Amino acid sequence: MLRLLESLSQAYVPRHYIIADTDKMSEDKIRFLEASRREKDGEQKFTIHRIPRSREVQQSWSSSVLTTLHSLVYSMPLVFKLRPDLVLCNGPGTCVPLCVSALLLGVLGVKKVLIVYVESICRVETLSLSGKILYHLSDYFLVQWLSLQEKYPKSVYIGRTV
Amino acid sequence: MKSVFVTVGTTSFDELIACVSSEDAVQALRALGYSRLVLQIGRGSVRPDSAACPGIELRVFRYKDSIAEEIRSADLVVSHAGAGSCLETLGAGKPLLVVVNDGLMSNHQLELARQLHREGHLHYCTCSTLVETLRTMDLSALMPLLPGQPGKFASFLDRAVGLR
Repeated sequence: MLRLLESLSQAYVPRHYIIADTDKMSEDKIRFLEASRREKDGEQKFTIHRIPRSREVQQSWSSSVLTTLHSLVYSMPLVFKLRPDLVLCNGPGTCVPLCVSALLLGVLGVKKVLIVYVESICRVETLSLSGKILYHLSDYFLVQWLSLQEKYPKSVYIGRTV
Repeated sequence: MKSVFVTVGTTSFDELIACVSSEDAVQALRALGYSRLVLQIGRGSVRPDSAACPGIELRVFRYKDSIAEEIRSADLVVSHAGAGSCLETLGAGKPLLVVVNDGLMSNHQLELARQLHREGHLHYCTCSTLVETLRTMDLSALMPLLPGQPGKFASFLDRAVGLR
């Protein structure tokens, strides 16, 4: 995801990063990326927020529903406060409640938020669980492999981007 | 001095470590001209020592913040099927042999390794066929993996949000 963000122009500002509370690595990587952007584009606003992880790898379906609801309680106020124009996500469970919140902004007539999902490069034949859900909720659904696009006609394949 | 770097990622893959440091494997590596073997063993419980691998210089460690340097200085990388190690190795332009963990057959990470194998970017085996694969594989037949194009994503997104 950060490699994709690196390629975006400075028109995409402010940037709000939302990561799972148990994520130890991403914050450092984000700060590193933003520091290198600052050298190139000058001072641009960005923020980092943490929400509870909605699903750990291998977690069962039934308990995932509960933890996702828990995560939704945190996502909803955050998304309503940030009111983004665009939500960009790449698959961890945490993006499901965020996209649901973003969708709700549109449904309630507050703001139409564009949801763009980028499936992981690891997915060649099947979608991830988040992917299966967000395939139906996103405006654009990008996959990294042609074989996956052929199975999911609504998805977009523009070549491998990572 | 040709060297092999073996990586198991964040968890463990004892079977691979045991297999690649076995007498047969070391002999096969030496026959191919490798004289140094570096093992990243994660939290595994198998930790071979130099005495067990005569004729090859052995270095073993559990984790490192970045394995980029190890990959760069290796002439062959033997890796678990994890997406991170596979992409990092191929990105560095190094020949890659992926050893599939039979115990994790349903693991979706295998999808990527299998696809990269289909496209001819890496060799692929299990622990039981490792020695045979080392002896017979042709590294010169591997195709380089072209880097992904994040710029295409940027243009796509610019159009999607109406910037152009």
